[in-house]
Formats: sequence, C-alpha cells, structure tokens
Amino acid sequence: MRNTLIVARRELGGYFATPVAVVFIVIFLALQGVLTFNLGNFFERNQADLAPFFNFVPWVFLLLVPAITMRLWAEERRLGTIELLLTLPITQAQAVVGKFLAAWAFCAIALALTFPFVLTVNYLGTPDNGVIATGYLGALLVAGAFLSVGAALSAATKNQVIAFVLAVAVCFVFAVASYPVVTDFLSRNTPVLAEVARRISVAERYGTFTRGVIALRDVVFFASFIGFWLFLNTVIVEHRKAD
Amino acid sequence: MAALIEIDGLTKRFGSFTAVDHVSFTVERGEVLGFLGPNGAGKSTTMRMLAGFMTPSAGTARICGHDVQSDSLAARKSLGFLPEGAPTYPEMTVLAFLQFVGRIRGFSGRELASRVDHAVAITSLAGVRLQPVETLSKGFKRRVGLAQALLHDPEVLILDEPTDGLDPNQKHEVRNLIADMRAEKAIVISTHILEEVDAVCTRAIVIANGRIVADATPKELEQRAPSGKLDDVFRELTLPKVA
Repeated sequence: MRNTLIVARRELGGYFATPVAVVFIVIFLALQGVLTFNLGNFFERNQADLAPFFNFVPWVFLLLVPAITMRLWAEERRLGTIELLLTLPITQAQAVVGKFLAAWAFCAIALALTFPFVLTVNYLGTPDNGVIATGYLGALLVAGAFLSVGAALSAATKNQVIAFVLAVAVCFVFAVASYPVVTDFLSRNTPVLAEVARRISVAERYGTFTRGVIALRDVVFFASFIGFWLFLNTVIVEHRKAD
Repeated sequence: MAALIEIDGLTKRFGSFTAVDHVSFTVERGEVLGFLGPNGAGKSTTMRMLAGFMTPSAGTARICGHDVQSDSLAARKSLGFLPEGAPTYPEMTVLAFLQFVGRIRGFSGRELASRVDHAVAITSLAGVRLQPVETLSKGFKRRVGLAQALLHDPEVLILDEPTDGLDPNQKHEVRNLIADMRAEKAIVISTHILEEVDAVCTRAIVIANGRIVADATPKELEQRAPSGKLDDVFRELTLPKVA
C-alpha cells in the first residue's frame, strides 16, 4: 500500500510538473461549459438540476481520458524508466495500481473544479443536491472505468497514438453498448448478446447514478470492471515489460 | 560464505536468436567485475536478467542468495542497478527523483534526507539538486542514475556503462568512487572502455555473441597478447576468426 501511494504521488506530481495538467483541465472545463450551456440548453430548460452537465460527462471523458492514459506506460517505455521502476523493490501490481490511482485522482481534481456549475444551479434555484452528489460519484466511476481500459492498452504498445486510438475505440464500445442502435441490432440477430450488451454498458450504469440512485450492483459492476482491466494491465506489464 | 552474485547457465532467446547463451559466473564480496564485449554481445541483456527486469529463457541468477525470479523483491532490495542509458524521469528535480527512489527503498524522515544528501555528495550533484533532470547534461544525468543506485548502500551493484558520456575528470571520480566501495560490495560494471578495466576491475569477463570467451584478471588477459595490450586481446577474442 505504501509503495502504491509513493508511485501515485510521483505520477500525480508529474502531471503538474508538465503542461499536461493545465491543458487537460482547461479543455475539460471549457468543453463541459460549452456543452452544458449551449447544446444542453441549461437555461432554456428552466429546471434546477445538472442533467445537461452530467449527460455530456461520459462523452468528454471518452475523448480526454485516453489522452491521459496513453502516456501512462508508453512513456515509461520510451524513456526507459520502466527498467528503473520495475527493478526497484515494488511489485508490478503496486506500480499498476499506483499509476491508475494517480490518473484517477487527477480526474477527480478536474471534476471537483466544475464546482461553479453546482454554485450556479444552487443560486438560480433549489436543486436536489443529493442527485448532484450521486451524479458526481457516477462520473468519477466512469472516469475510473475508462482510465483502467486506457492504462491497460497503454501497457500493450510503445506507440502513444496507437494507445490513444485503441483506448477511445474500446471505451466507445462500452459507452454505447446499451444504445438502441446496438441493442436493436443485436436483439434482432442474437437476443442473448443484446442483454449482455446492456449489462456491460458503462453509460447504462452511469445513468442510474445521475438519477440519484446508488445501486449496489452498479457499484460492484464498476469495481469489477476496473479490477479486471487493472489485472489485465498487470499481466501485460509482466509479459511485455522488456519488449 | 556464498558469493553475492551467482549466475548459472543464464540464457535468453529472442525467437530463434540467442542473445545470451549459458552464461555462468559468480562474483564475491570485494570483487569488481568488468563485463566486456562488443555492442550487441549480450552485456545489457545479462544485466537486465540479473536485475530481474528480463525473464531468462533458461538458467538461474541469485543475488545475496535470493533467486531473481522466485524471490525477486528480496533480490532487488540488495541490489543497486543503473540501467543502460541511466533513465530518469525528465520533469523531476534531482532531489525529488532521489527522494522518490529513497521512499520506495523504505526510507523516510530524517534517514531519507541523510541518505539523499550522502548520495548527492558522493556523486557531486550538490550544485544541481533543484534542477529538473531534463535540463542537465549527459554527464550529470549519468551521475543522477548512479546516485539512485547507491542510495540504499546495496551489497550488490550492477552498473551498465556507468562512465559513458562523462568527461575525463568525471570518469576519474566515478572510478575512485567504485574503488572506495569495493571492499564491502560485489560490483559488476559493463563497459567498452578497456582502460577502465585496468583502472578499477579486479576481474574481467569478455562476452561475444552471448558466450563467455574469457574470464581472468586484467593482468592475465593482457599477457595473452604478444603486445601486452588489452585492446589486442579484446580484438582477438571478439572478432570472428578469419579462416
């Protein structure tokens, strides 16, 4: 645990020592602002909630989270520091979880900086702040899910562009799995798969959080989703570390 | 007492190419082993397997009696390793980088500070402690890598080209440093600077095409050539025989 946190702390420091942190946070906040107020018709709806805000979060994360994760392992490989990191007395799992936690904490910081939306909606009306809180929790879990996918794919390649594109593609599949386009097509051909698609959909699970419900099965889903990809990440690092 | 480094039949294959072919040797406390060979002979591959970074295709390696595969963490705790090219995290300052490595090595508080100060002092890094590593010259970067390997005063030191990129004065300092530490440690250095072998090594192993072709003291090696020069012996041993 101690080693995991030491790795996480170094990694998080790395974001803020480079322009990565500022660029990411500014773009994230700008995108969320534009989408919520313009596309989401925040004012015209005349409702005191943050639904337009939360609707766009997974899509913005879909684009930006792989940008964080693409360098997570690919960069270590390029610099050769992977050789240093993995010959220090830490286990692969500690390194994998440490890096993931750093990226997750970073996303949490970016999300926390959207607090003016909460202030705004509280100033304009009396929203259900409980629903807003569960929405944030859901958004954080979506970020964690996408991060775990991106981190594992970053470990699989030395090329950051490939890591980015693969991560966007795989996250996209998990994001749209419950959409009618996919489920209608599947239920016409293979009804069993349609049900599976709905179950593994990150967007579907996220939806319950934005409606103010924290269901145990959704929390378990995100925990096992993240756990699975981190496990895969550890296996990939173990097998491909010296390639 | 058992030797600090024991390598037995270590082999690494990449597909059909055998990079390291049944390499066996032991290094006792008090020895400085010069690991010589042309580029691509298998020096770095052997060192990476010894440091637990690469998995051997066959054979075993033990550091202080700990197998580098089955008891990897214990082996890595007794080891100071300078990987090829001395990789470091470019955005970190020298101080922050050494503190990170020190924390992973289990130090904290006052002991961490004194360990870092000592490592900075013996590698003459005091003037650049607060500079990001990426702004340093090649010679300084190499010494940061060296400081990182010496931080925990390990019993076994494996240094892949420790003096590469240093100016003559710095080379002299590093050689003195190695000579000073010799008594309590087992040290392996790889190099293709032959004068270095004369200057610091108590024993030299010449490796060519993955096999050990000579294992002797520098004096004995020199006597093998009529000219008495290490260069000639090296050429004789490592160039393919002309029929």
